[in-house]
Amino acid sequence: MTDMTQGGAPLAATQDSYMAMVRQKRLYSGIAILVFVVLLVSGFRVANDRNAGGFFDGIHRIFDFPADVVGEAWEKRADLAGLLWKYLPDLIETLNIAAVATLLGAALGLVLSLLSTRGMARWPVLIPLFRRIMDVTRALPEIVVALVLIYMLGGGPIPAMIAIALHTAGALGKLYSEVNENADLKPVDGLTSVGATWSQKMLLGVMPQVAPNYLSYGLLRFEINIRASAILGFVGAGGIGYELRNSMAWGPGRFDEAAAIFILLFVTIVVVDQLSSSLRNRLSEGAKQ
Amino acid sequence: MLRIEQLTKRFGANAAVDNVSFTIDKSAMIGVIGASGAGKSTLLRMINRLADASEGTIAFQGRDVTRLTGSARRKWQSECAMIFQQFNLVPRMDVVSNVLHGTLNRRSTFSTLFNLYPTEDIHTAIEILDRLGIADHAPKRAEALSGGQQQRVAIARALMQDPQIILADEPIASLDPMNAQIVMDALRRIHEEDGRMVIANLHTLDTARRYCDRVIGMRRGRVVFDGTPDQLTTGVARDIYGAGAEFSEAATSTDINALAEARHAVTA
Repeated sequence: MTDMTQGGAPLAATQDSYMAMVRQKRLYSGIAILVFVVLLVSGFRVANDRNAGGFFDGIHRIFDFPADVVGEAWEKRADLAGLLWKYLPDLIETLNIAAVATLLGAALGLVLSLLSTRGMARWPVLIPLFRRIMDVTRALPEIVVALVLIYMLGGGPIPAMIAIALHTAGALGKLYSEVNENADLKPVDGLTSVGATWSQKMLLGVMPQVAPNYLSYGLLRFEINIRASAILGFVGAGGIGYELRNSMAWGPGRFDEAAAIFILLFVTIVVVDQLSSSLRNRLSEGAKQ
Repeated sequence: MLRIEQLTKRFGANAAVDNVSFTIDKSAMIGVIGASGAGKSTLLRMINRLADASEGTIAFQGRDVTRLTGSARRKWQSECAMIFQQFNLVPRMDVVSNVLHGTLNRRSTFSTLFNLYPTEDIHTAIEILDRLGIADHAPKRAEALSGGQQQRVAIARALMQDPQIILADEPIASLDPMNAQIVMDALRRIHEEDGRMVIANLHTLDTARRYCDRVIGMRRGRVVFDGTPDQLTTGVARDIYGAGAEFSEAATSTDINALAEARHAVTA
């Protein structure tokens, strides 16, 4: 009981000093909210002034394009099944680009992340170097890399794949190294104590802990890369993006094809999302008996 | 006051709590003992409505609380405070904020988002902390405190709720013997001075004997003992834990005084 009646400062003093702290915190958060609102409003106004048309003048037209697409697709709904079938090979090409790019990028990102995590790195002095490599690959937009490569290698899926893989390596490497930081280092200590090499320690001590998170980030990246590889089609990398650009650039008349491509992309994302969540559950909780 | 009838909780084919019935007529300090997996935690979690009962009823002062939903359930939870083995505080928030979480049932999300607690509540929170001897730590982050201090913050949060019942799920299982004694003394004092009912899951028999007015023993989801601490003999304890004659209480006791007794027993 002795500990319960210990007292440094008298109660009133403690209350007063805490209240002063609370008032200061409230003042700061009030200022922060004010700054946030001012930035939001002023930033929006600047953007709106620079805009050719203006947000509020054009807002009623925002839904015109989706309405046109849906309207035309509904008129020609009889052809939809045929169009879905027609664009399936293009979708597979796009998926193929995304899958290869994700696998290559994830493998590179994994190595980079292990080499740039404190407590795990093979060469701790080189951590900043590997971090900067990841920063660079992450900073370059895929579309810029793809355009340069298309210029050098010619149009086609390979430049798109390399561009997406590079960006994926940087993005996943960053996420993976954050997963690594949360990994428990005790198993690694245990393996060091039996004389394991660095690769053995990473493979047996770290991988089992981080694999579910790696997989779920990898699958999320796969979804993003499907979209990225569709966009790269716009600049001549082939796949479903190329077809989408053609059908949209022609304006009304081929909107039914655009609708079919949107449906294909949407269904693909839903399927990948469902597959990835069930895979992740299996990995983190073990297969159901 | 608190009446539990044929309470059952099933996880798949297993019953974690199996047909448990008991009545507590007046405010008391109750200890629930039993081996790990005996259903003690599940029982407490059902009373607080953190877990739903499969069958049976929990009634407090004639009111059935077993199947409350929405705001009625949250209201009940605010009247029946819970203390956890691992404290379950928000580690990055300061001690007083953690204590003020006890008033959340009375506050809107908007006012808690901007930390707009009434001044009188803040004063009350610090008074409660002072009563538990940790007012000096008021502005610190909860994670900066030791285990025993964090558990007292959790008790302060419970008191801030001004509850009729305090449920304590293994409150001292993560603490060293000295802090365990401080926390148990605090719970006993709250029961005696405020008249609040305390139901505590305990993992050591000597704690149950020393602090509780009544002890309930559970084994494999069923109540196998219900009586006064005096009736809790070594033979009864062997039944509760399903142990043989080799069972010795002093061997694993966390009571500081038990150390001398155990050494005495070994040398004798």
